[in-house]
Amino acid sequence: MPWLSILMGVSVLGALGVAFIKDDRLAKQATLVVSLVVLALTVAMAVQFSPNGDRFQFAETYDWIPAFGVHYAVAVDGVALVLILLSAVLVPIVVLASWHEAEAGKRSVRTYFALLLVLEAMMIGVFAATDVFLFYVFFEAMLIPMYFMIGSYGGAQRSYAAVKFLLYSLFGGLLMLVAVIALYTVAGKNSFLFTDLLGAIKDPTTQKWLFLGFFIAFAIKAPLWPFHTWLPDAAAQAPAGAAVLLVGVLDKVGTYGMLRFCLELFPEASKWATPVVIALAVIGIVYGAIVAIGQTDIKRLIAYTSISHFGFIAMGVFAMTTNAASGATLYMVNHGFSTGALFLIAGFLIYRRGSQFIDDYGGVQKVAPILAGTFLVAGLSSLSLPGLSPFVSEFLVLTGTFQRYAVPAVIAATGVILAAVYILWMYQRTMNGPTAEAVQGMKDLNHRERWVLIPLIALIIGLGFFPKPMLDVINPAVKETLTNVSVTDPAPAIAKEGQ
Amino acid sequence: MEPAEIISHTGGVIGAGWLLIALPLLGAAVLLLGGRRTDKWGHFLGVALAVASFVVAVLAFVQLLGFAPGERRRGVALYEFIPGVANMGLLIDPLSISFALLITGVGSLIHIYSIGYMSHDTDRRRFFGYLNLFVAAMLLLVLADNYVALFIGWEGVGLASYLLIGFWQYKPSAATAAKKAFVVNRVGDFGLLIAIFIMFSTFGSVAFADVFPKAGGASAGTLTAIGLLLLLGACGKSAQLPLQSWLLDAMEGPTPVSALIHAATMVTAGVYLVVRSGAAFFPADSTASLVVTIVGVATLLAGAIIGTAKDDIKKALAGSTMSQIGYMMLAAGLGVAGYAFAIAHLITHGFFKANLFLGAGSVMHGMNDEVDMRKYGGLRSLMPITFVTFLIGYLAIIGFPLLSGYFTKDGIIETAMEHSAILGWLAVIGAGITGFYMSRLVFMTFFGERRWAADAHPHESPSVMTWPLIVLSIGSIGLGGYLILSNRLMVFLGPAVGQPEELPAFHFFSPVGLATLALVALGAAYAWLKYGRAEVPAVAPRGSFLTTFARRDLYGDALNEALFMRPGQWLTRLAVFFDNRGIDGVVNGLAAGIGGTSGRLRRIQTGYVRSYALSIFIGAAVLAGAWFVVGTL
Repeated sequence: MPWLSILMGVSVLGALGVAFIKDDRLAKQATLVVSLVVLALTVAMAVQFSPNGDRFQFAETYDWIPAFGVHYAVAVDGVALVLILLSAVLVPIVVLASWHEAEAGKRSVRTYFALLLVLEAMMIGVFAATDVFLFYVFFEAMLIPMYFMIGSYGGAQRSYAAVKFLLYSLFGGLLMLVAVIALYTVAGKNSFLFTDLLGAIKDPTTQKWLFLGFFIAFAIKAPLWPFHTWLPDAAAQAPAGAAVLLVGVLDKVGTYGMLRFCLELFPEASKWATPVVIALAVIGIVYGAIVAIGQTDIKRLIAYTSISHFGFIAMGVFAMTTNAASGATLYMVNHGFSTGALFLIAGFLIYRRGSQFIDDYGGVQKVAPILAGTFLVAGLSSLSLPGLSPFVSEFLVLTGTFQRYAVPAVIAATGVILAAVYILWMYQRTMNGPTAEAVQGMKDLNHRERWVLIPLIALIIGLGFFPKPMLDVINPAVKETLTNVSVTDPAPAIAKEGQ
Repeated sequence: MEPAEIISHTGGVIGAGWLLIALPLLGAAVLLLGGRRTDKWGHFLGVALAVASFVVAVLAFVQLLGFAPGERRRGVALYEFIPGVANMGLLIDPLSISFALLITGVGSLIHIYSIGYMSHDTDRRRFFGYLNLFVAAMLLLVLADNYVALFIGWEGVGLASYLLIGFWQYKPSAATAAKKAFVVNRVGDFGLLIAIFIMFSTFGSVAFADVFPKAGGASAGTLTAIGLLLLLGACGKSAQLPLQSWLLDAMEGPTPVSALIHAATMVTAGVYLVVRSGAAFFPADSTASLVVTIVGVATLLAGAIIGTAKDDIKKALAGSTMSQIGYMMLAAGLGVAGYAFAIAHLITHGFFKANLFLGAGSVMHGMNDEVDMRKYGGLRSLMPITFVTFLIGYLAIIGFPLLSGYFTKDGIIETAMEHSAILGWLAVIGAGITGFYMSRLVFMTFFGERRWAADAHPHESPSVMTWPLIVLSIGSIGLGGYLILSNRLMVFLGPAVGQPEELPAFHFFSPVGLATLALVALGAAYAWLKYGRAEVPAVAPRGSFLTTFARRDLYGDALNEALFMRPGQWLTRLAVFFDNRGIDGVVNGLAAGIGGTSGRLRRIQTGYVRSYALSIFIGAAVLAGAWFVVGTL
């Protein structure tokens, strides 16, 4: 079964259908149904994935532009699979959460939901692509629906934020395009297939240049410090649902790209760049957390926490140990759930009060205890409380990094303390204390909003205690990647008793 | 004698040891997810599950006693948690079962007491949900068979503590205290995390059964690093210097919370961590264990001094808790000779301090939640049960002969004295100060003039609150002697923590013991002169420099503020400014520069998708050209 094409096809056809439904309510319901069908199909596909089988499964390869060796080639390994699962889980949740979000937009409600489904197809495509050119096409094309979702349905400064987002991404995309073309030319295989290009570039200098082209594009996308300034604007202006997909999935394409393309296609260059990347990542972890503490806008604060978290992911990727890389991959998934929940609850809160400013709240716990409780759980997951899923990934990243780079891991671990400050201080200022006048009479979460959060929180708790099913899928894929980079895990100093 | 090997175990109550954790966890889940529907019976469910967990602990204890002493360390595997790194499993041995009995036993009594204490609170169900959550996390902490699972419990109790300190979250002071407790604890947790990283990269495992036997092979530097980092974690959780500042603020929580979490159980987790890791990472006469004893002595004095100056009854008791845990820490730093005394004092302290806190709660319950002892006085006749049980707790903590504290504290002092005279005498002085501040507390509350507020109508608490007091006071009387005489606890704990070659003999009225008693009597007499016989002024007198020093918690908060909070605030502001102007400014400037004028930039920005696509390709072509040019040079 061509699973991956079916997933994309259903999304695209669904989008076309939704675009022509005149009735807004019906359009929303149709979108929800389509996204749930995609989720069901994705789960059905994931169940058939055999973690210890071939690296790439459900592969489809067709010629697209034979003259240049461009293929429509899709397949998944364990890493791509969990990221597609993440996307498929988040879309229906976002649809349900965005029920009233597009009403104040510049364009029609149905367009917003059609764009969501288009975006879903592209998110699946970008993770599934095993042709480098196809990956590039999805990488750039993803910008378009997101640009319109921010620019047409966002907050007061949506145009500025959308254009800034687009320009940054285009700049990165350009660099990557150059590198993609150069990679094709230098490799001389007349093919853009990932497997054909593996190990094709031997010359160290060429590797370095090509690495930079890919890496800067991914660093902007992730975003890694100091390429991050577009994210707070985009996330703060985007409607909450779009912010979830932007930070939860789209940005992961950057860190995913580092793991899949930078490391495997340019192993020597990756090792050459490791000290710099780890330094940038560690700076990002601490810097993002400190700037988050100082934010006055809830959504900007969450965006900065993500910059800190992306530092953890990049550090895990470049530490090049099994634990760190598996942790980084799991981090991408868990961060999607955790930050997704934070953005959505913040969205519910802002929808009620009409302000993004922390100072406009206070004492919400007293009037809307369920909203406050879910916000606390999401916040605790963001500060990686053990028992919630982000702890497992952060722990793996730090442990794995420590195995090779002890000092950066220790500095990064201070992020654990800073996270407690930014989350709990925000929680205190919004939810605790005497109830602010403007918050009096605020309604608690309704049924729809609760159903948005129930699956997210269930996943956060479930994967917090039982991460094994995910790690069993991720670990073999990550080991394959590290083998291609020809690194091995450092052995413990004292493996046996009495040494 | 070295600790015994861990034997993997299935079957019986020990095999089902996960029930200990699962039962209260179920309670927490039902009460917190069930919402208002469970308001009517929620507190009963909370109590029932805490008691059920206690029953399981007793049965497991009985099963454990059935094994020969050398076979009493049972490892119970549960499931694969993080493949290749950590599994979920329990270690049920004499040390962990002692904690489990204390946590569920005293925990159940405090649950029962809370039915009465929280009866007027509309959120009583949520309170019981948090209490159940705490018990589950605390049991995971002590029962885990590896450091990662321990860490889950460790931060889990931190969460429960955060939720319960901030239970009356609409009070800004409570919300701030809760956040402070969590953040300060995270500083300690940072240390514990790094210790775990070092263990994993050195030993390739975090399981006790792997790490402890391998520890001997590691370099002295590695072992010291792990020891000191574990101690940092212990200092956070157990409110030891320099991470003590959160505990006094934590008294914002309801009083049963102060009794259970911030006196009897959670704050002793640091002592557990040191004793559990002791044989491997705190060997006798190592740097790490020396630092443990220094921290212990410094905190036992600091806590006692703070206790002398507080007029808030709960804060005086909190200072006392710091101080008593300092004693335990001191003992834990003395190696194998001290472990049993550390744990014995931990257990008896769990009883008499819970007794004292619940007694204080009973007083507050009858006094409209007044906490200022200057507004108490002469309450003994109106609250006879509270008074008598409180008096027993008081006599136990000051080490009155034959009561619990007498045996356990004396054990610590004698062992410390053998180790180092300085440590020993400082511990004796601490005992003298304890005699003073505890007597002051009793005189101000139960004796002297009635200095009540006009609307106070003190009355004895209902029996649901007094019965737990009675049970706890019985423990305060007899438990110490039972554990210490004929070295019962030391022999029982031996297989888990090791035991000295020669068992110590208990001497009634040894010279050191007599000196301690004399100092305690002196302290109590001085308190009588100042607060018993003399009139207690309604407003605290200004006092000397020393009094102010003690009242301000030895300037701990001022120090934190000057060293961390204010620089931190400046750093944050600077970083935000830099981020908005610096990085973003440079990037915006570059973008404008590349695009020519900003007007042209705007025209590009407002175009259609087609022109974006076009610009991608034009830009790409230009860059590709540039690359080839550079490449050929």
